[in-house]
Amino acid sequence: MANQPSIVVEGLTKDYGDFRALDGISFKVEPGEIVGFLGPNGAGKTTTMKILTCFMAANSGSAKVVGKDVYQESEAVRRSIGYLPENVPLYEDMLVYDYLMFVAQVRGIEGAKREDAIRRVVKLTGLESVVNRDIYELSKGFRQRVGLAQAIIHEPDVVILDEPTSGLDPNQILEIRDVITEIGREKTVIFSTHILQEVSAVCDRIIVINHGKIVADGTFEELSDQVAESARGLVVEVESDTDMSAKFATLDDVTDVLRDGKTYRVLTRKESDVRKRLVALAAAEGIDLVSLRTYQPDLEETFRALTGGKGSVSSNDEEE
Amino acid sequence: MQNIMFIWKREIASYFNSVVAFTVVDLFLLITGALFWLSFFSEINVLTMRGFFNQAPLFLAFFAPAITMGLIATEKRSGTLQLLMTMPVTEWQIVVGKFLAACTLLAVMFGCTLMYPLTLDRLGDLDWGATMAGYIGMMLLGGSYCAIGIMASSFTKDQVVSILVAFFLCFGLYLVDQLAGQPTGGVAYAFQYASTSYHFQNIARGVIDVRDVVYYLSLIVVCLYIARTVIASRRW
Repeated sequence: MANQPSIVVEGLTKDYGDFRALDGISFKVEPGEIVGFLGPNGAGKTTTMKILTCFMAANSGSAKVVGKDVYQESEAVRRSIGYLPENVPLYEDMLVYDYLMFVAQVRGIEGAKREDAIRRVVKLTGLESVVNRDIYELSKGFRQRVGLAQAIIHEPDVVILDEPTSGLDPNQILEIRDVITEIGREKTVIFSTHILQEVSAVCDRIIVINHGKIVADGTFEELSDQVAESARGLVVEVESDTDMSAKFATLDDVTDVLRDGKTYRVLTRKESDVRKRLVALAAAEGIDLVSLRTYQPDLEETFRALTGGKGSVSSNDEEE
Repeated sequence: MQNIMFIWKREIASYFNSVVAFTVVDLFLLITGALFWLSFFSEINVLTMRGFFNQAPLFLAFFAPAITMGLIATEKRSGTLQLLMTMPVTEWQIVVGKFLAACTLLAVMFGCTLMYPLTLDRLGDLDWGATMAGYIGMMLLGGSYCAIGIMASSFTKDQVVSILVAFFLCFGLYLVDQLAGQPTGGVAYAFQYASTSYHFQNIARGVIDVRDVVYYLSLIVVCLYIARTVIASRRW
């Protein structure tokens, strides 16, 4: 059983009335991976997570967590996952300690081990100073930590986190990120986010979802290459202010030239040849080239290219 | 089984932490107590709890839904129900745990009124058999109203809607035999059988009949089953 994938999703489809939230998505996650779900609002990230955590059923397709079907063996699946929903629902009127104790009980941790489990997650998530406070008194950052603590208290094989860093300040984001990395040392972690830096900082792998479909799946480098492949070209910086677009466009294999001040993006069909000819052209025209490099999209460009530029990279994703 | 207890314990702790529960219990005791004692001394003839058992059920139709209104509705609104459902707990355990917590609060509330029969007992000879039967009847009736309240709470995210629906159902069931006018034959029997007050009066008279007990228990089971199904419907 050691090498079976943690999560196998096949052809998952979910409709909310007329709206198709998920359109036949399939993916696999191996044990120990940290996977980032990236996508614009309403892309289907939360829906996927709700199905994986047995809260909702899909219209068609199957999902297996640690080899167990979410529908057939729901209870076994629920035993092996930890889940932090979006907006972090907590029982406001309970003490942090009492809440964690309740979760430990319901999660089926044996009586004698509950104290230890609580102590362990409190330390891991840095909750020491608020253990005896009411949950409604807590700041957003601490609430988020309590949410994380309840998700890992029973040492689940798979941890599913829905936007664990949304609404936090930059310091808190870094702290939560550290906790996620820490959890990810032993567990399979899936988390959704629309903060781009986060996925490249934390994840082994990124799955980009858009309009209920998986549009890309791989490491950040792979995704970036994939985008670079479709929009291959050169980035040329020159010294003079004169518009060179027309001249660059006359070169063979150049499909388009985009100008931004002294920087040009030369889109090409094949890159290696163009580079030499472009240098030759520049020399012939007497223009000094400041720099010349192959275009490599950054995170934001990758994200925009993959999601068709429609991604809003802020606010909450509210489905249903 | 253990899960039911964990959920029961959490709800009890939350009851004794909340202003709502205290207000409900206090008001119930105040109103029923006042009505019972005020009339008691003006027309004192026999030492009996009948006055209390005549009035309390009507107020229970309002106060029991007030106890249960938030049990599921608030958890739906805050999203904690969603989280709870991703834990290894069945819907039955959730519903039954909450139901037992509400019944416990009712029992505490009724326990506070035990002062009345104890006082009466000092004044003379109280019929303890009938009194205890009355309390058993109150518990069965209150339990049924709690089950109705939990069912109503499962329908909505809004506590106000929840209490109004539950109040309507409890009140309707309490009065159904009187609202029906003067039907005869099978219809009369059907209305009578559906009425919670008819069965309660039977028990309060001191006769605990299996038929009356079965009526209340089946009402409880049906309502809790509906609540469970409503919650579970998210899963398919």
